[in-house]
Amino acid sequence: MQYMLLIYTDATAPELPDDDRSIVDWVAEIERRGVTRGGDRLRPPADSTTVRVRDGELSLTDGPYLETKEWIAGYDILECDNLDEAIDIASRHTMARHGAIEIRPIWPLNL
Amino acid sequence: MAAESVTDAADIAATVDAVFAAESARIVSAIVRVTGDWQLAEDSLQDAAVRALRAWPTEGVPRNPGAWLTTVAKNRAIDLLRRSAAERRAVLRIAHEPGAGDSAPAGDVAREEESMFDDRQVKDGRFDDGRVDDRLSLIFTCCHPALSMDARVALTLRTVAGMSVETIARSFVVSEPTMAKRLVRARAKIADAGIPYRVPPRELLHERMTGVLAVLYLLFNAGYSSARPEGLIDTALEAEAVRLTRLLVHLVDADGVVDAAGDRSESVALLALMLLNSSRDRARVDGEGMIVPLDVQDRSRWDHDAIAEAVSLLNGVTSELADRGEPAGRYYLQARIAAQHGVAGSADDTDFAQIARLYGQLAAVMPSPMVELNRAVAVAMADGPEPGLRLVEAIAASGSLDGYYLLPAARADLLQRLGRDEEARGFYARAAALAPTRAERAHLQAKTASLRR
Repeated sequence: MQYMLLIYTDATAPELPDDDRSIVDWVAEIERRGVTRGGDRLRPPADSTTVRVRDGELSLTDGPYLETKEWIAGYDILECDNLDEAIDIASRHTMARHGAIEIRPIWPLNL
Repeated sequence: MAAESVTDAADIAATVDAVFAAESARIVSAIVRVTGDWQLAEDSLQDAAVRALRAWPTEGVPRNPGAWLTTVAKNRAIDLLRRSAAERRAVLRIAHEPGAGDSAPAGDVAREEESMFDDRQVKDGRFDDGRVDDRLSLIFTCCHPALSMDARVALTLRTVAGMSVETIARSFVVSEPTMAKRLVRARAKIADAGIPYRVPPRELLHERMTGVLAVLYLLFNAGYSSARPEGLIDTALEAEAVRLTRLLVHLVDADGVVDAAGDRSESVALLALMLLNSSRDRARVDGEGMIVPLDVQDRSRWDHDAIAEAVSLLNGVTSELADRGEPAGRYYLQARIAAQHGVAGSADDTDFAQIARLYGQLAAVMPSPMVELNRAVAVAMADGPEPGLRLVEAIAASGSLDGYYLLPAARADLLQRLGRDEEARGFYARAAALAPTRAERAHLQAKTASLRR
């Protein structure tokens, strides 16, 4: 099964020290286990652009679709046996300690 | 047809319920193991129950109703599987017709059919379930921490205990459609999120076992202090929790794997705790449906067989912990405390010094202001109101139980025992204002009336 990890910031979590390099180990670990199907950081919401088409007309907004205190700071796509494996991997992510990680099962459209 | 085989419909319904309770876990676990489909298992079980209710009044209850229900449910599952296979076949055929867009290669139809009916799934029209007892996998999956607590409780009662949706809904004071929806959602999440159907691997066992015990204890407590309008105790729910915990202990023993870090002892201790708490049910509520405090309960109405069983279970755990050098767990300590009350001939004969010590140990395992408050009360009983009051005042100063009526109630009681009636009056008033039920309020007001003017 494939899962997407949505890596969230969390203002109430302990701050991530500038010199924290533990994400390097995490990436090495998922590569070693052969479960990664891609992932990366995302620029902050200030850099985002929201697209809508209404009545055939394109409208663009500077900023995120929803203004929230917590935002998605990255993502990873994993191929896992089951949810327990995805939880195990997510729990080792740097941002599990300094933010929050939402595990969403990928729902294949199978076109 | 023999006249005696026509049984009263209510009797039949009760029989179906009882057979369900005994067999549903086995049936569901067999169907889920083979198909991985929770909704299919539920639908098959439902159909089997409906058929039993229809057939048994006229044909009589079969000699082995459990086997009957199992066979019917499994045949139904096979039917449903065949039907969905036929539907898929039809879809594939339509897709294969010329001009039907993206056509499937011819081999797909046959392959699709094969995978649906490989012999791992169905043997001679029957499920092969001569293997391991899968009910343990069922319990662990129903109690998976990725499900909400409400869903875990509902799913455990429905699939492991075989309780009807209607009864579960009534126990948790929600409508039947709400409960049904909760169950459907839980089953869908198991399938969609890939929650595995298994006894967790060793590295997860301790954590998951703790979770299973928490679900069972919550379930018991929902019976012990019921939210239902019809009464303060839901004895059926309590009995269900006891039965499930017994099953868990039995399965853990039979499995031989689930034995990490005192998990076996904690499940036995939880069983003992439930037995001890429910042993007082008949004495716990008076004729008007009011709660009777422990110290004035009629102890002859306690279930002394249950107490004896619990004490013997706990003795077993005590020596097991000693043999293995394992620390005492939270359920063990709570059960030991309950057992001290259970074996005391009267409130005055209770070994409160021992209870205070056990609360001290419990506070170390499970730090909580409630445990501290109970310890303070036990200390007051053992060593007098003065040291007890000092502990209660420390809890009050910490502010951690602000708004909880038993804190000022305990404080008032200790002050009164020290002859400080004027101070006691204020705390009784505060407790009465915070009390959650009319009965508690009335009880506190009666205490206020006993103070000196």
